[in-house]
Amino acid sequence: MTINQNAANQAAVERYRNNFLKEVEANVEEGHMVKMCMQCGVCAGSCPLGNAWEHSPQKIFMMIRAGKRAEVLGSDSMFMCTSCYNCMVRCPRQLPITHIMHGLANYAHRLGLAPKGQPTRDFATLFWNNAIKRGRVNELMLTLRHYFRGGLVSGIKEAMGMQSIGLGLLLAKRLNPMEIFGGHGVKDLKGFHAIIAKAKEIEDRKKGFTA
Amino acid sequence: MTASIATNQTILVVGGGISGMTAALEAAECGKQVILVEKTPVLGGRTARLYRYFPKMCHPTCGLEINLRRIKQNRNVRLMTMTEVTAVSGSRGNYSVTLKVAPRFVNENCTACGKCAEAVSAEVPNPWNYGLDKLKAAYLPHNMAYPQRYVIDASIVGTPEGEKAKAACPSGAVDLEMKEESVTLQVGALVWATGWRPYDAAKIQPYGYGRFKNVITSLEFERLADPQGPTGGKILRPGDGKEAKNVAFIQCAGSRDENHLRHCSRICCMASLKQTQYVREAFGDAGKSTVYYIDIRAIDRFEDFYQMVQKDATVGFVKSKVARIAENAENGNPVLHGVDTEGYHRYATEHDLVVLAVGMEPEITGVILPDDVILDSSNFIEGSKDQGMFGAGAAASPLDVNRAVQSATAASLRAIQVIRKTASTEAV
Repeated sequence: MTINQNAANQAAVERYRNNFLKEVEANVEEGHMVKMCMQCGVCAGSCPLGNAWEHSPQKIFMMIRAGKRAEVLGSDSMFMCTSCYNCMVRCPRQLPITHIMHGLANYAHRLGLAPKGQPTRDFATLFWNNAIKRGRVNELMLTLRHYFRGGLVSGIKEAMGMQSIGLGLLLAKRLNPMEIFGGHGVKDLKGFHAIIAKAKEIEDRKKGFTA
Repeated sequence: MTASIATNQTILVVGGGISGMTAALEAAECGKQVILVEKTPVLGGRTARLYRYFPKMCHPTCGLEINLRRIKQNRNVRLMTMTEVTAVSGSRGNYSVTLKVAPRFVNENCTACGKCAEAVSAEVPNPWNYGLDKLKAAYLPHNMAYPQRYVIDASIVGTPEGEKAKAACPSGAVDLEMKEESVTLQVGALVWATGWRPYDAAKIQPYGYGRFKNVITSLEFERLADPQGPTGGKILRPGDGKEAKNVAFIQCAGSRDENHLRHCSRICCMASLKQTQYVREAFGDAGKSTVYYIDIRAIDRFEDFYQMVQKDATVGFVKSKVARIAENAENGNPVLHGVDTEGYHRYATEHDLVVLAVGMEPEITGVILPDDVILDSSNFIEGSKDQGMFGAGAAASPLDVNRAVQSATAASLRAIQVIRKTASTEAV
């Protein structure tokens, strides 16, 4: 957790005290809909991966209302969502469940409370950092970074395992080995970075991350 | 038929179920002229198709019989069966109503001897058992039918089967030349007692109604328990005719759901609690009922009934809206999947039979009513802008029989007020 994150976290705890629901309503995308949940359990039962994660949306929503801040923001459940939208289309109250789960993941990530080493979170971070560097995704570097995330030995092993697919992509001209030298970017890189910076500034202000 | 004599002092009641009969009788017994129109060939509506009432567990035939006798005795009520309203014009105190009268192909000479049914071999799905069995194409709808007069199904008219029915009739009552008629009446006030219908359970895709034979609606379950029903009162599941001793009831099948019916249908919790007692009645301690619910809404004074059922060892409760139903291909048992709210346990439970406590949808959903009629967001009738038309019973709100009768009495009183005011205005 960086100093900035820690400060934001402390500020949020201070501001909302024991009312985690209010905190979610104010800072999480579609968070105001959490209170509409009537605990029927259709989302939990409809989730195709439901038995693979600890907290179903139904349970997460009840935990929010019960003020279980640390458990909710430290849960890996939001990162396990594959965005199939089954819960959302079946919800009798039409809660935007998928969006809320994504919003919670984002909020937990920004506060630095999301579980460390969670694969979905790690890959999303990798992807984001890669994409904003030059405004375009450098697929070669993204793949390499992903393969070598666990060190040299496991990286080589993983890369060897995917060898045939890599060669195929190379022959089909879908993978450019020259990208290793930085790759191509957008035309106005400076302007692009200015847009991202402005967007971040607005979001920080909206979600209470500005000091 | 000859046009009835109606004036702006007449009240038209649309629908001959328990609410329509009540509204018509209350006004008629106050000395008002009433015309009661009913779409089907008989009075009684959905009430006549129930096995027992809650909470006293008595049979609807009892209450219906009293009302039918009141109708027979009262000269102020004119009954038109197989009749639908096609248009309404005019305003409060002076409406012009167009009715479409479908041919019954049997006239008033009928003595209900049943010879036509014996002669005919063609069969049609039995609407009074929700299509669970078949009926001869010349039929008396059910034992309580009023008027006690046979109906020749339009599908055999013009065929040798129709001629057989005609030849068999000793009273010359079968008239295959009857045609559809249009009748226009002048009336002062209208009571819409058009009732409700079960929500189409096939629309609740994850529950597999229509795909799995052993998933039925609560109304079909009423017919299974009824001695007049397709199984003679034995609770046999449709898939293989096996006794259904382990029955699951799923609450809010369509109700309280923005994707289906947004309102709470109110009666379904009590209906399922009642139906658990059918299982007990049939199988004693060997029966098993499980109610899957979001929360039990034992409306009004019925909390004690709920407590009585809770004490019954054969009845279990699972706080969970079932997410989906699958079928065990080996034995045809429905398997219920979901997560229960009390502990968040994932379950996959097998039952012999699943009963969907389907919600109440106004029968007029999808029907074009006069512009003046005001509906709520679920299509229940709130009244009319000119305050000359009223909703009664389940057409006005999802109600049980008891409350439908109260609602109908209230609507009847309002209609009488309209008639009174019309009369006094004319006198001036």
